[in-house]
Amino acid sequence: MAEKKAVGNKAADNKKAAVKAPAKGGIFSSRNFKGDIITIAVLVIAYFIISNLKLSSLMTGLLVPVCVYIIMAMSLNLTVGILGELSLGHAGFMCVGAFTGVIFSRLIQSAAMPELLKFILSILVATVVGAVFGIIIGIPVLRLNGDYLAIVTLAFGEIIKALLNNLYVGKTADGSIEMNMSGFKNVTDSAGKFVSGPLGLTKIPKYATFEIAVVMVVLVYIICSHFIHSRDGRAVMAIRDNRIAAESVGINITKYKMIAFVLSSAMAGAAGCLYAHNYATLQAVKFDYNKSILILVFVVLGGIGNIKGSIVSAIILTLLPELLRGIGNYRMLIYSILLIVIMLINWSPKSRVVVQRLGAKIKGIFVKEKAAV
Amino acid sequence: MDKILTLLSNLVNGLQLGSVYAIIALGYTMVYGIAKMLNFAHGDIIMVGAYVVFLLFVGQGFNPLLALVISIAACTVMGILIEKIAYKPLRKAASPLAVLITAIGVSYFLQNSALLIFGSNSKTFSSIINLPSIKLAGGKITITAISLVTIITCIVIMIALTTFINKTKPGQAMLAVAEDKGAATLMGINVNKTISLTFAIGSGLAAVAGALYCSTYPILSPYTGAMPGIKAFVAAVFGGIGSIPGAFIGGLLLGIIEILAKYYISAQLSDAIVFGVLIVVLLVKPTGILGKKIQEKV
Repeated sequence: MAEKKAVGNKAADNKKAAVKAPAKGGIFSSRNFKGDIITIAVLVIAYFIISNLKLSSLMTGLLVPVCVYIIMAMSLNLTVGILGELSLGHAGFMCVGAFTGVIFSRLIQSAAMPELLKFILSILVATVVGAVFGIIIGIPVLRLNGDYLAIVTLAFGEIIKALLNNLYVGKTADGSIEMNMSGFKNVTDSAGKFVSGPLGLTKIPKYATFEIAVVMVVLVYIICSHFIHSRDGRAVMAIRDNRIAAESVGINITKYKMIAFVLSSAMAGAAGCLYAHNYATLQAVKFDYNKSILILVFVVLGGIGNIKGSIVSAIILTLLPELLRGIGNYRMLIYSILLIVIMLINWSPKSRVVVQRLGAKIKGIFVKEKAAV
Repeated sequence: MDKILTLLSNLVNGLQLGSVYAIIALGYTMVYGIAKMLNFAHGDIIMVGAYVVFLLFVGQGFNPLLALVISIAACTVMGILIEKIAYKPLRKAASPLAVLITAIGVSYFLQNSALLIFGSNSKTFSSIINLPSIKLAGGKITITAISLVTIITCIVIMIALTTFINKTKPGQAMLAVAEDKGAATLMGINVNKTISLTFAIGSGLAAVAGALYCSTYPILSPYTGAMPGIKAFVAAVFGGIGSIPGAFIGGLLLGIIEILAKYYISAQLSDAIVFGVLIVVLLVKPTGILGKKIQEKV
């Protein structure tokens, strides 16, 4: 498929690495391990630099969302880049994760446990529920191909949003749980209302911190990069590159498609839980199709199938609108123009030739210097 | 008896909304058929078309028909320009996703330009049709002039478009390009011109849809086009994307389902129901109602 050639230089390098690595390519394959150590070291150093900087309150408020978007971009990259299927409903999984995570953390809020443990438990619950939704949605969706698959994921995202926007969940005074789609009948105390229809989640405990978010980013990165180089990941990529060829060498198409899709949705669920615990209230309409598109933009701009690229583009594109805040109303206009221009430079065949030539020149200078040393 | 009458008037409303969806979906499906891309900016062209009509007709007191013609012209030019600037350089890009993201960029660009020019306050659109409504069954069913005009316009557009594609040279060229770009070039068809023409027609139709949509739902804001845009996209897939009669049928069905779901089941969940029906249809018939099944070659 032509798609594969498009993956940026970095991804091409990754692929070479994948070919050279031992066939099993497990967790301890040395090449893989080295790359991971470097990436994680960069992330940790970045964390220490950022936590020691004096940031404006606006920027501090963005730290957790940036991490959330990094996780979302990496997880969507599994579906779009590794599995090769366009998903337009990724925010739906995030929404499910956010809602179940918060309902769970509200339920155990009064339990005698450290906050961190409560938060980890809710993230686990959100991850599991995200995975379950991945299975439920994956079974019908993965039968389809191409744009039809894309539209069905979009449809599922919108359905999840619409259903959760009408959901009421609360705890009555006698401790039983009330859950329906029409409004509270027995819950009168506002403290017992977990999800109140269009008002969404209320009184969310603020558990999310930058530290937890960074740890989650590192974890998800490790999972993603090891999955890609694992036996299962190779099988998924084989399906992406040629479904029929993969099938004829005995790869179980449905199983491996499902693995990638469910892994991706589980991580999106975890990200949603992290995202929700950064705010006091959150509405289901926040997770509309624009959010899915936003994450897709991160993935495509960072390089389809390139996990590191997703991290970089998620950081830049989340901060860009905020950095452009100085120019007031024009910021989203500039953002959209930048998006178009970057895409044109990055992807148009003509400009790619120019970029590659420039890259070769710069590399040439670099190599000469090395030779001199 | 009353129940049947309510059902009838709901059906008329559904047909009206469906006609608007069908007109938008025609643009979507033509562009998809020829350029193999999902033009996410299509919904925002509807919004631009509606704003032009608003400025001329409501603001300056132009004749509504003249305002509509100017709006169609403006959107046509805009559609061609967008294609030339943002989509054409990426036509040979290695990933089809590249042009999709640019289309999203164009969509943001149009929304935010409108936000800067017209402000975020929504404007009240007044109907471009000022004719008395028709009362049937002793006044129990009211058919507004705008619903009649919308449905008739949709049918006329549908017939004109089918004739254009099947009977004229540029129309045949479109079919050829949709089938095989390389072979079409060898037959002496100017592919660039044909694609421009497709975008021109699609954007012109979007302007018509914008005026008709805002005449029924008279609130105009920079984000007006987004939701009908997505719904029309769904309609196009519903009928089988790439197929013109499919877009027509898909649009009408979607409009009827939406209005009936809103009236009989739940107003809040009508969108969820529409999308649910779409999923069921695609699972039963994975290429849409009138879509062609493409044989996979090894």
